[in-house]
Amino acid sequence: MGRYDFWGYRRENGRVGIRNHVVILPLDDLSNAASEAVANNIKGTLALPHAYGRLQFGEDLELHFRTLIGTGSNPNVAACVVIGIEPAWTARVVEGIAQTGKPVAGFAIEGHGDITTIASASRKAQEFVQGASEKQREASTLQDLFVSAKCGESDTTSGLASCPTVGNLIDKLDALGVTTCFGETSELTGAELVCASRAASREVAEKFMQAFRAYQEVIERHKTSDLSESQPTKGNIAGGLTTIEEKAFGNLQKIGKKTKFIDVLKPAEAPARGPGLYYMDTSSAAAECVTLQAAAGFVVHLFPTGQGNVIGNPIEPVIKLTANPKTARTMTEHIDLDVSGILRREMTLEQAGDRLIELLLRTCNGRLTCAEALGHREFVMTKLYQSA
Amino acid sequence: MTTHFIVHDKADTVGVMVAENVPAGQELTGWIMETDETIALRALEAVPLGHKIALRDIHAGETILKYGHDVGRASAEIGRGHHVHVHNMRTKRW
Repeated sequence: MGRYDFWGYRRENGRVGIRNHVVILPLDDLSNAASEAVANNIKGTLALPHAYGRLQFGEDLELHFRTLIGTGSNPNVAACVVIGIEPAWTARVVEGIAQTGKPVAGFAIEGHGDITTIASASRKAQEFVQGASEKQREASTLQDLFVSAKCGESDTTSGLASCPTVGNLIDKLDALGVTTCFGETSELTGAELVCASRAASREVAEKFMQAFRAYQEVIERHKTSDLSESQPTKGNIAGGLTTIEEKAFGNLQKIGKKTKFIDVLKPAEAPARGPGLYYMDTSSAAAECVTLQAAAGFVVHLFPTGQGNVIGNPIEPVIKLTANPKTARTMTEHIDLDVSGILRREMTLEQAGDRLIELLLRTCNGRLTCAEALGHREFVMTKLYQSA
Repeated sequence: MTTHFIVHDKADTVGVMVAENVPAGQELTGWIMETDETIALRALEAVPLGHKIALRDIHAGETILKYGHDVGRASAEIGRGHHVHVHNMRTKRW
């Protein structure tokens, strides 16, 4: 095993996961009850209830399908049972996930009712979970690893130390062939030109600016104030962040000092240009962003926090780090890595980056994150506009 | 030696308090990360952990620099050593 190798689950399509979930995936809000009943019947399975899936249309519907198919296709998922109210859209999600070659089956409720559906889906879920339980971890390398990053309840310590720690990791691992992702379009406001200058080509920079301008138009159309208390949040302001520009420069520290991003992804779009850093057009709300990154195939997440955001994700482990000494002290059960020593000049950024790499690999090998141990499973679909 | 505040960039006009419960009037030690310099400043009011302190007098309307970049404008006169936050600083966006 090399210094940066880890033990992962190699899937049928060659991608590597670090968890071995069997997911019960509802197509729509109406199918949450049956999905949760199946997960209750069959131990070791995981239902992912959510609020949407009815009467969506256009780009919003495409995003709904991309998010569900991407979630089921994520390498942290060994097998997937899909339950929907209608057979046609259920089959569309099943066919999408089946492209990976992993075990997947769909069940539609109409014409059968919940109880019959739950019985059939439970039998399939039992078969899947027993199969998944025999999967063995195999030696894997950084080239197999997809890591996403997004910060939350940031404060000034995020920009000083916890986001730069993630940046240090990305600068160190990018050259070694890891695939990474950042996003949070509105939260680059004020730093957008500096961000664009970090694109690998003019084409990618222009693609980023198009996504940035489109998001600004949404904010301009709907805003009733300067977004104070929303972006920055009240927590950000309590932590000392005053403006969106200040928050944006802190956020951007996550991509390090030298790594360039090689493409711009739509929400939940899987990277297609090989290893490297990708920018994804996402909301800056923690659970929405991480749900989209997980749906794009990222298997482990780095989450710097200042004031103490407690987010987790059901299928993508979230590693939390803070540089705020008060948060590290008062919210210990949520913090996987305390880098507040940087602020006391007891720890260098280089050392913090190395500590985070070590923790990342331990997490990949199976160590549960704080959010996993505490049962944080925030699965939040991004909705682009009203349903029909 | 305790570091009371940190400055990202030599050009910045504000620093960030990283020590807790520092009272008004205290002589502070600051660290400029970019150049690894140590600087001194007197706190003219209590500035909470994570909040900003003015490194020099900043006039109303003037751009405030942090990370070496424009992060907003002063909405009131701000004296060196004073607390900088939503009461005297505003975004230029949205």
